Amino acid sequence: MFYRQSGIHHTRYAATRKLWPLAADRRLLGGLLALALLAPLLLPELYLNSYLAPWLIWTAAALSLTLLMGIAGQLHFGFAAVMAIGAYTSIHLARAGVPFELALVGAGLAAALIGCVFGAAALRVKGLYLVMATLAMQYLVSWVIINVPAISGGAQATLATPEVRLLFIPLDGDTALYYTALGWTLSCTLLLLNIKRSSVGRALVAVRDKDFAAAVIGVDPLRYKLLAFFTSSFLGGVSGAILAFCYYQAVTPEQFGFNVSIQLVAMVLVGGLGSVIGAYLGAGFILLLPIVLTNLLAWVAGLELFPVSFNLIAHIPLMVYGALIIAVILFEPLGLAKIYDNIRKYFLVWPFRHAQR
Amino acid sequence: MDIAFLIELTINGALTGLMYGLVALGIVLIYKSSGVPNLAQGAMVMIAAYLVWMVAGWLGAPVVVALLVAVLGMFLFGMLTERVLLRRMVGQPIIMVVMLTLGLESLLRGLGPGLLGAAPKSLDLGIDMMPIIVGDVFINREYLIGGAIGALMIGLALFFFRTRLGTKLLAVSDDHVSSWSVGISVERAVAVSWGLAGVAAVAAGVMWGSVQGVDWSLTTLLFPAVAVVILGGLDSIHGVLVAGLVVGILGSVVPGYVDPLVGGGTRDVVTSLIILLTILFRPHGIFGREEIERV
Repeated sequence: MFYRQSGIHHTRYAATRKLWPLAADRRLLGGLLALALLAPLLLPELYLNSYLAPWLIWTAAALSLTLLMGIAGQLHFGFAAVMAIGAYTSIHLARAGVPFELALVGAGLAAALIGCVFGAAALRVKGLYLVMATLAMQYLVSWVIINVPAISGGAQATLATPEVRLLFIPLDGDTALYYTALGWTLSCTLLLLNIKRSSVGRALVAVRDKDFAAAVIGVDPLRYKLLAFFTSSFLGGVSGAILAFCYYQAVTPEQFGFNVSIQLVAMVLVGGLGSVIGAYLGAGFILLLPIVLTNLLAWVAGLELFPVSFNLIAHIPLMVYGALIIAVILFEPLGLAKIYDNIRKYFLVWPFRHAQR
Repeated sequence: MDIAFLIELTINGALTGLMYGLVALGIVLIYKSSGVPNLAQGAMVMIAAYLVWMVAGWLGAPVVVALLVAVLGMFLFGMLTERVLLRRMVGQPIIMVVMLTLGLESLLRGLGPGLLGAAPKSLDLGIDMMPIIVGDVFINREYLIGGAIGALMIGLALFFFRTRLGTKLLAVSDDHVSSWSVGISVERAVAVSWGLAGVAAVAAGVMWGSVQGVDWSLTTLLFPAVAVVILGGLDSIHGVLVAGLVVGILGSVVPGYVDPLVGGGTRDVVTSLIILLTILFRPHGIFGREEIERV
């Protein structure tokens, strides 16, 4: 904790190019990873499967979206539809007897292919118009899923996930489901961290900052925009499948509605556009804070100091979530990741506060 | 093919389209002056309807008084929103602005039903429920009056841009910096456009509230309104009129024939397709101004 940058002198480029150049960061991450791995032993099952697992899976989804919105700069307001495609594909494949590993890949590919159709709009327009186009596609995909009985199993139907095995381990207990979610989220995290420092990542950033300028320096915007849509939709599709199998254990069209798309964008934005740690923080914030606040309010109502109607309690999550988005955008446009970064930078040189690098 | 059925769908669709135009008008007014796509307009419509219901239904005031209170209230609400929220967003990327208005949408959508109760409230304007029957065609009176008010408001908006204040708004919509340089207060113009959008929201809220009841579902009017705005052009008042008619008629005729075949929900599909095709083939809409981007 004490002056964490002390004694670190990189003498080789390889050392500065490490993912985590500071030993303190590596230790922190190691500790967090150990906690995450030990969570099934430490936490009661309720917390494991109703808080921790959804948080991890939504983080994976937010990471997929931040690759597209934060790094490649393509706005996407229909990401829930992409996840729905993944979820439905995996369920139908698994029901047809395809091994779960292949079903996940199939889910990713199906989502990626249809996601590229979303991307076709991006080749022509950007900014606000892209928002509207992806929004329209969200409605179209939802409608197709609801109205084609072969996909949804009939209007208002719920498809339960079948029993599957991943790498010869049956996914039945909470622990197995949790580890699957953890594994997928960690893979997404590593992928994103590495994409950001590869040539592909820099090309995507160039396209984000100005696509004409990127074309001038020899980055083909068309290719990289499609690549971004393909990769991000692939990850989104698999996240949707993991969400269906490891959390909901059933799938209905409502799980992937328009509101979910907005919620995903909110996670990415509240966390901080393009930031990996931001996806974790944003997903946690958007997912857990309304639950915490509802519980708090229910507790206050239980004290009966002043009348609080159940109707009000039911609408609190919506209000909080709207107010949260507004507050973050107004007061910290770079999101929670920036707040974390400020704290981290402060403690990097603590207690020598003038020794900032 | 039953020709009376087609005519009925077309007329009712055209009237609904004009009522969509009421919602779309607010979006266009704001976009025209400040380049902000106000995705909270649907929620503003809902708040306006709640306001009218509170004054007329709760306090028992006459509808005219309720309307006046609502117009004043929503004008202030619009200006306040601009002052407190949107003015800080000048120069921020479009995603931030879009998400801010969506955040406001969610906040209002929770606030209205949360405080006043989620059950739909009926807003009685004293319009006869009996449809007008012309030959074999049934025309809903509420739609007729709503359509007329829609057309009237769009006409008023067109006229407004010929007044002194309207000319200022036109200048502001052209270029902020050069408006400043000739002594126009851009901030005030943008605030006024938000206020006017609030007034348009009152008209939309009252008409739609009397048609389908006042509850959160009024916010879903945003979607057809967005289609109207995109098709007509984000900064065109003429566009609202023409695109409103197109979206309304297509959104009524196509579901009329296709819904029985595929089992419902085609209206949203038609709306989505209109948005999508417009963006793919003519992003700036029928009457909108094409944006030229420089590196």
